[in-house]
Amino acid sequence: MLTGNTAIVTGGSRGIGRAIALEFARAGADVALLYASSEAAAQAVVEECLAIGVRAAAYRCDVADFSACKEAVAAVKADFGKVDILVNNAGITRDGLIATMKEADFADVLDTNLRGAFHMIRHCTPLFIRARRGKIINISSVSGLLGNAGQANYSASKAGLIGLTKATARELAARNVTCNAVAPGFIQTDMTQDLDTGANPLATNIPLGRLGTAEDVAKTVLFLASSHADYITGEVIRVDGGMAM
Amino acid sequence: MIFEAIAKLIAEHNDCDVAEITMDTSFQALGIDSLDTVELLMNLEDTIGKEIELDQKVETVGDLVRFVESKCQG
Repeated sequence: MLTGNTAIVTGGSRGIGRAIALEFARAGADVALLYASSEAAAQAVVEECLAIGVRAAAYRCDVADFSACKEAVAAVKADFGKVDILVNNAGITRDGLIATMKEADFADVLDTNLRGAFHMIRHCTPLFIRARRGKIINISSVSGLLGNAGQANYSASKAGLIGLTKATARELAARNVTCNAVAPGFIQTDMTQDLDTGANPLATNIPLGRLGTAEDVAKTVLFLASSHADYITGEVIRVDGGMAM
Repeated sequence: MIFEAIAKLIAEHNDCDVAEITMDTSFQALGIDSLDTVELLMNLEDTIGKEIELDQKVETVGDLVRFVESKCQG
């Protein structure tokens, strides 16, 4: 499905990013993982991808750093020869009530989740424009659609990603570059294991009656990255068991 | 030299004669939009081997030539 493509997946060492990397590898894509700190975990994902039979490498990159993203994209280009797919998955949480939220907790989440996606799009776009093709998938969240109490920063960043997705889609459509977003609901990952989902009114109202898996999200990302989604751009697909409909 | 390089890139892009392009020719008249201009600049970067950040609006070929020349001097 993706044979011959090179994909960058940010936040690729764990959770949804890891599942996306493996799903891509199984579909035949070469995979470049960007990770912020979990080197051992990132390397383990690389090994899994290599075992599947594709090329794979991991790059340490804090996506909140504009210049670091530029270097990472250049390194991937040098190592793999091209970039066809960008998945902006890197994300952090610093949950807290607005009334007590620290300025840095808001800024840090925006810096990684929203500005980080811009940085990566910014540096991949010249490659996509020249190639006259490219697929960008931003991992948003139902928190960005509904708002989630205790996550003003996270919800704002994920809502911002939807605006970024649509502007990018419009701007690059003439160059055959698509940009879409996936909005996961409650997914079983390290990020949500600390959340008291039983007490969260959003999580107790999932029509499909279960939390999602990282693979549920990865399969949708694979679809958007593939030629099956060539005529889809500026779209937001919820993968949330029906929670936010 | 910058003009010649830009005129050549535009002629290739538009598949037209390089003689049709002058300093006063507007990008609008050439059917070149802002995204095309960015692409043109990226190709120019390859030609002259220098990175140029387009941080102002350019309406004519002359605007772009003068902008690139100012960046190359600076």
